[in-house]
Amino acid sequence: MPITNPDYYDINALLNEEERMVGETVRAFVEEEILPIIEEHYQAGTFPIEIVKRCGELGIFGTTIPEEYGGGGMNSITYGLINRELERGDSGIRSLVSVQSSLVMYPIWQYASEDLKREWLPKLASGDAIGCFGLTEPDFGSNPGGMITTAQETDSGYVLNGAKMWITNGTLADIAVVWAKLDGVVRGFLVEKGRPGFSAPEMKNKHSLRASVTSELVLQDCEIPKTHIFPEIKGLRGPFSCLNQARYGISWGAIGAAMACYDSSVEYATSRIQFDGPIARFQLVQNKLVWMLNEITKAQLLSYRLGRMKDQGTWRPQQVSMAKRNNVWMALECARIARDIHGANGILSEYPIMRHQANLESVKTYEGTHDIHTLIIGNDITGIPAFTGN
Amino acid sequence: MDIVVCVSQTPDTTTKIQVGEDGKNIDSTGVKFILNPYDEFAVEEGLKLREAHGGEITLLCVGDDSAKENIRLGLAMGADKAILVKDEAKADSFSVASQLADVLKESNLDIVLLGRQSIDYDSAQMGPTLAELLGRPCVSFVTSLEIDGTSVKAERDIEGGKEVVETSLPCVITAQKGLNEPRYPKLPDIMKAKKKPIEEREGTSPAARVETLSLNKPEQKSGGTVLDGTPEGIKELVRLLREEAKVI
Ligand SMILES: Cc1cc2nc3c(=O)[nH]c(=O)nc-3n(C[C@H](O)[C@H](O)[C@H](O)COP(=O)(O)OP(=O)(O)OC[C@H]3O[C@@H](n4cnc5c(N)ncnc54)[C@H](O)[C@@H]3O)c2cc1C
Repeated sequence: MPITNPDYYDINALLNEEERMVGETVRAFVEEEILPIIEEHYQAGTFPIEIVKRCGELGIFGTTIPEEYGGGGMNSITYGLINRELERGDSGIRSLVSVQSSLVMYPIWQYASEDLKREWLPKLASGDAIGCFGLTEPDFGSNPGGMITTAQETDSGYVLNGAKMWITNGTLADIAVVWAKLDGVVRGFLVEKGRPGFSAPEMKNKHSLRASVTSELVLQDCEIPKTHIFPEIKGLRGPFSCLNQARYGISWGAIGAAMACYDSSVEYATSRIQFDGPIARFQLVQNKLVWMLNEITKAQLLSYRLGRMKDQGTWRPQQVSMAKRNNVWMALECARIARDIHGANGILSEYPIMRHQANLESVKTYEGTHDIHTLIIGNDITGIPAFTGN
Repeated sequence: MDIVVCVSQTPDTTTKIQVGEDGKNIDSTGVKFILNPYDEFAVEEGLKLREAHGGEITLLCVGDDSAKENIRLGLAMGADKAILVKDEAKADSFSVASQLADVLKESNLDIVLLGRQSIDYDSAQMGPTLAELLGRPCVSFVTSLEIDGTSVKAERDIEGGKEVVETSLPCVITAQKGLNEPRYPKLPDIMKAKKKPIEEREGTSPAARVETLSLNKPEQKSGGTVLDGTPEGIKELVRLLREEAKVI
């Protein structure tokens, strides 16, 4: 029997009963409710909005947030497994959950006032509200510290001015976490949909993450009340703490996409006949399958160990960079190799390969590009920051 | 309403089954066990009955410790508690049914739900045998269930159609595909299931009334013959259909 759904080093044995059950439940959900519809949405460039409510019903949002705020009170391995299973379906669906859980619910839980937590977290957990996270600007991607969006204090609150770009879920969002400079210091603000001066037009014509909404956020003299600032957290530590949560999840998600590409490749290689036999009998094809299994196994071990360290509170952001950098890279390579193994069929929507490949191009760039993570680890090794090139 | 759902586990539907060394059991090494899919319909129906009529759902299983993970799945779906009767042997359907009956005789249950059969041994005897042992009516292969007071109206699959029957509580119902759409457990409920009680009881392992002599895998199908489209090939096809297959 060919090896599919690989767990070559039996990481399953390191999971407890609940962790396994959560993974299996989300896997069944993806198979029955996401895979049947995702290709059509991808081709049409539309987001399957009904999935938001379903994710809420199943308790997929905010799994690591305490139950008293509507979260799941679960550990990080569970969160990782959810990401893996969702991205086995599509990176866009996993992006929805990364943003909602790690980039919106997490900062509200950590940094917002008690009233705003009580107001927003339960709605975001149930899928009755959608959130987005606005950090990147047209001229500031890898270097968010240079952002030019500003906040000015007034008698009644704050006035925001500026533009954000590439914001996942922006157009759909009922609440935006917006990072802007107040007196030159990066601060976090909550902006509800419908505030005068706030709009979120959708960015169209993507060749990647087509089943996910990506938007601009435009803030023109947008007034928000005094309560809508994160009172304590200052500087880039705020957004980076959220990104760490999301990047950890992405490291698991990428494994899911890679596993989908690998499974399809094994199935294809053992059934596609050329020169009177299955192509899986060629050493060159076996080499490709071995590469994928090998890299997937290493990636699984990285993310598993990172998750346990995260729950023990002993992880470091540089370790998150390694998992995000390695796993997304290997997943993209797996998708490319899988495309090769599938020959011409690899470009068809009948197989998930090309969709994963195109999606992973975005995943490699967002949440810190591959190369930015290289610099983070390089800085960790040498103590010499290379970010500004000086 | 006091609802009991009997559950068991079966090999995952994608498992490649191997016969064990004794030739009478399957080799369970490396086999992943799942909640018997027909039992999922039974659990779901229990949940719907509780939603409509209130009450409590008890899962009941005869099995070994390995069954607990799948019992937890039923608890995560929403059942309130579970009883596991420990019996590794599970000698035959009768042996299991009589241990289920031993537990249920003492209780004031209103309804017992089971899957129509387990998808591994396919005997479909558990519901009817249990009903007989409890002295209760049984409706099997149910695709629709309505309860009003103590009166029970059920629709069941029969060859080429549907039969509608009536009986009264307490009774035993076996669930057929189509009865409902089993829900996924909510992820937080998976965590809560950990805190729900699974009471363990020692089984009595009654002797089997039916003994398994052997298990055999179906014979491998041979490869078939490919004939080409030439006049000779077609002649050969006709000859084979007439002389070998004897269909023309
Ligand atoms: C589909 C999608 C969804 C997104 N969703 C969100 C979201 O929800 N919220 C949000 O805030 N942002 C989001 N982003 C934005 C994303 O985080 C940025 O695209 C990313 O940070 C990179 O910024 P950039 O595109 O401006 O690239 P740039 O920073 O301009 O980088 C261009 C290239 O230069 C390289 N580079 C930059 N600086 C250095 C350096 N110092 N040394 C070496 N190489 C360098 C980069 O590695 C890259 O290869 C999303 C992006 C995409 C594509």
